[in-house]
Amino acid sequence: MAKPSERRRFLRTGLGLAALLGASGIAWLPTPAASANRLRPPGALEEQDFLSACIKCGQCVQVCPVSALKLADLGDGYGIGVPYIDARAQACDFSCDAVQCILACPTGALTYHKPADLPVRAGMPVAAPPVLLAKKKDPEPTLNLKERMGVAQLTRPELCLARQGKGHTGPAREAGFTGMMRFMSVDRWKPIPLNEHAFAVEICDLCVRTCPIEGAIRLIPLADGKMTPEVLEPCLGCGVCEMACPTEPAAITILPRQGWPHA
Amino acid sequence: MHNRLSESWRQLIGFAPRKPDAGQQQTEARVIHRTKREDKTRIEAFKAHRADIVRSTQWRNRRWAVLIATNLLFVLSFWLDIQLLEGSLTASRFLGFHMIDLNAALQVALAHKHIPINLIIGTVTIFLFWALLGGRAFCSWVCPYHLLAEWTERLHLYLAERKLVSDHTFHRGLRSVLWLLFAALALISGYTVFETLSPTGILSRALIYGPGLGLAWVVLLLLFEVAYSRRAWCRYFCPVGLTYGAVGSISPLQIGYHLDSCFHEGDCRKVCLVPHVLDCVIKGRASDTHVNIGADCTRCGLCVDTCPTGSLRFEVRGLQNLL
Repeated sequence: MAKPSERRRFLRTGLGLAALLGASGIAWLPTPAASANRLRPPGALEEQDFLSACIKCGQCVQVCPVSALKLADLGDGYGIGVPYIDARAQACDFSCDAVQCILACPTGALTYHKPADLPVRAGMPVAAPPVLLAKKKDPEPTLNLKERMGVAQLTRPELCLARQGKGHTGPAREAGFTGMMRFMSVDRWKPIPLNEHAFAVEICDLCVRTCPIEGAIRLIPLADGKMTPEVLEPCLGCGVCEMACPTEPAAITILPRQGWPHA
Repeated sequence: MHNRLSESWRQLIGFAPRKPDAGQQQTEARVIHRTKREDKTRIEAFKAHRADIVRSTQWRNRRWAVLIATNLLFVLSFWLDIQLLEGSLTASRFLGFHMIDLNAALQVALAHKHIPINLIIGTVTIFLFWALLGGRAFCSWVCPYHLLAEWTERLHLYLAERKLVSDHTFHRGLRSVLWLLFAALALISGYTVFETLSPTGILSRALIYGPGLGLAWVVLLLLFEVAYSRRAWCRYFCPVGLTYGAVGSISPLQIGYHLDSCFHEGDCRKVCLVPHVLDCVIKGRASDTHVNIGADCTRCGLCVDTCPTGSLRFEVRGLQNLL
């Protein structure tokens, strides 16, 4: 028979095993934040595959010129160390041109070439290679992205300045806002704080003006001479319109990981 | 040689070291074991000097310097944007060349079931690197948790000396069971579950990208080690150690034990994170006059620093014979 001290150790080992496996259950903690539909970086695989493939190294975070990518924390539930974008705080404005985070990803969680056997949801692929306005004069003006990150929607039309016939003067956002953006008129390779740029428009069209993708959004007239933004199929869901929207909260927001509704 | 490798693996997965049969011992070693005690003058001479011998901290200092420098290089590469070593300990690029942690790579491969080329390149690179430099040397020379645990271990020993806490051991097979379970969990759930709990990854990311709630888990582990079980995570739990230990079993960089000069005082076993690998230093156990310490050894060098007779040394297998 084993000595009592050995029996105790055996019991302790069993308890240790159970405790650690129990602790690993924290990965599935249904915290409120975890249920939030997070916006993933461009080129991300479908959520389940993305969570499997991400090695949580943060190389995507390091290469982003506007620091749009954040890593989820333990309390955020499913996906500690996995990158996401909070578009209102800092959108992906494609100011790196080549989509650096995809190039940096060592495991293909962010990828240009999705393996053929992985699912493609309806509405996620873009109809044509997206034209990046900043690259318009380059020999190759398109982004090598086949699927969108999400899609923009005027979720709070009642707040939209254009729909009220109002303009906007001054910086896009409230004082103290630190989000960055590239302005081709300033420097192609050096993003500046969004608030360093002063706007002066008679009818607010900041979402249209700041959108980095050609033909993704436009302003159309309403019956009474007022205007409204209309999101179009090329929208990639990068979130620049949400970041630039001067109302608080934003009138236009990104529906993360949602496809083009009229596909 | 074959026997020694299998014994090394047995210990690595959690079995207690086996005492060698008299028949397995080399004649020369048997003679030393038998005659050692007879040379009384040599023992007396050693005992007279014993108190004067100052314990070295040479290897510990070198190791801490390397560990801190490596982690600092990650941090500075990002903060100063000098792009020498981008990423964190789970996966990184050194001057653009992929390096991927073997355990993290395994988790991702099992969970995702796709293995892109960069994952292969990075994993092979790191495998070769640690196969050369001693497997679990990753633990003691790179892993930031190891350093924190080493510091809090002192607190545990201080409190234990005053009978305020005591060390509760676990069966070392626990680590192997956890390795298998976390591999199975990754395969079945399609999620790298272990990465949620790995203090190595949590600490590395916290250093580079800023602190988070994950640090609470690391603190909890350290408190558990101080109050209840000495170095519990590295000794009994961490599957990363097992992965690197397996790689280190074929490594030429080893701690070598020299029976002839050893007085079997056991100082080395007291400072060792994995004392079972030093079973051969117990009187009568060494099967040969020179023994390579097993795969579970982290090559931390504490035993080398501690040994008053220089009977434990860093060695490169094969190179010794050439020189």
